[in-house]
Amino acid sequence: MEVIAKGAEANLYLQNGVVVKERIRKEYRIPEIDEVLRSTRTKREARLLSLARRAGVPTPVVLDVDTQRKSITMSYIEGEKLKYLVERLDEDELRELFTHIGSLAARLHRSHIIHGDLTTSNMILSRGRVFFIDFGLGEVNSSLEAKGTDLLVFAKAVRSTHFARESQILEAFFSGYLREYPEGEAVIERMRSIERRGRYVSAR
Amino acid sequence: MLCLGIEGTAEKLGVGIVSEKGEILANEGKPMPLKEGIHPREAAQHHAQNIKPLIERALAKAGVGMEEVDLIAFSRGPGLGPCLRVIAVAARTLALRYKIPVLGVNHCVAHIEIGRLTTGAEDPLTVYASGGNTQVTAFAAKRYRVFGETLDIALGNCIDQFARELKLGAPGGPIVERLAKGGSYVELPYVVKGMDLSYSGLLTAAIKKAKSASIADVCFSLQETAFAMLVEVAERALAHTEKEEVLIAGGVTVNARLQEMLRSMCAEHGAAFYAPPGEVLGDNGAMIAWLGVLSYSSGVRQRLEETQVIQRWRTDEVEVLWR
Repeated sequence: MEVIAKGAEANLYLQNGVVVKERIRKEYRIPEIDEVLRSTRTKREARLLSLARRAGVPTPVVLDVDTQRKSITMSYIEGEKLKYLVERLDEDELRELFTHIGSLAARLHRSHIIHGDLTTSNMILSRGRVFFIDFGLGEVNSSLEAKGTDLLVFAKAVRSTHFARESQILEAFFSGYLREYPEGEAVIERMRSIERRGRYVSAR
Repeated sequence: MLCLGIEGTAEKLGVGIVSEKGEILANEGKPMPLKEGIHPREAAQHHAQNIKPLIERALAKAGVGMEEVDLIAFSRGPGLGPCLRVIAVAARTLALRYKIPVLGVNHCVAHIEIGRLTTGAEDPLTVYASGGNTQVTAFAAKRYRVFGETLDIALGNCIDQFARELKLGAPGGPIVERLAKGGSYVELPYVVKGMDLSYSGLLTAAIKKAKSASIADVCFSLQETAFAMLVEVAERALAHTEKEEVLIAGGVTVNARLQEMLRSMCAEHGAAFYAPPGEVLGDNGAMIAWLGVLSYSSGVRQRLEETQVIQRWRTDEVEVLWR
């Protein structure tokens, strides 16, 4: 089996044209915590990948879940992570791409799906379509708090990783988000209040 | 050039003297005796009462007189307002009295820089955890960018508050670490949001759990859960930033179990692990002096009226001109 990627929490193998994502044991965690996290996240991710696709967000197709091995077998999405792609886009392409991503995030939230780790590392552009991956930290939750936190995680990831283009990206993202989900105004409002509650806020 | 640095963002007052080559000539500290949590006004009084003798002690330790000092640096934030103002006044007074420049510097950035100085780490991902701060940072384009941080309370604050609530004593960190030995696991909530984390729910749950489970078990589980969360966030940030070094900073990272966990994570990802010596790991004056040296050498200047304190000063707001 060929390891195609080694992420923070999982190894990805390419096997007969499909991907096996295996959440590996972490020596730094005691087995009691490790076992529960890996099981829950594997089950959740498999479920959310399917729910997200039904909500209109492209995701890999889940083919099999192995709860013993903590692995998910899914279709292989050939493409590039947006994290790397962003740097090469011109202004118009960037706006178009993130308006679209905003609308995908909105589709998730409209169906009360929380991704849990919305970053450009977890989005793949494949043949003109954006796929969301890595739903392991996600959940189904209809609360403003959960959706607001989901957006905050995204905004902060953009701030740290794509600092030079932060405002362009976020502006496009939120416009796409609101167009698809007008009630999302309250979610954005909540995101700002969660951020203000935090420890490190320069202006209030 | 010699820089005298004053630290006093929270309960610990520190004075350090560092040369432009990075030699630490003195690093004297005076923690405030704590019975409970930190009262900002009492801590400020403690700093005001102890600052003069502590400066004298640092000068004596370094074997220099005040007239040999070329620069004064102080922690301008983030921190407790009353404490920051006391050390700011002390710093400005020295600067005026001895006609030397004064610089207010960022406390969190100082932790990172003293770590790089004392360990030789070049471009690390820094895991910084203390009573008031919890963040994971890495350098990119002239700033220490924040890749992960707490969305509510700091890791140290979580453990200290837990210890206070259960009347275990203060500071809570070492007490909980000792009590955790021999405990076994009881379930507590584990909350990671992307590369950020949240400790307030864990604190509430741990206090509640202590009513039904043994103290040793709750201390053990609190440590295991809270630390695993931080290590996981560091691990995600390491994978995301593709850095090859991990540096620790802040009083909480003195904890042997936390260091063991971080070492294990680093080994798995082939990253080098750097732990600065204990005397510069927690809050200290030398780190402020060293950041004063770095800032001044790279051209940072502040007029006296520009040295006001900044209680909430984000790490990524500081332009890193020396790298």
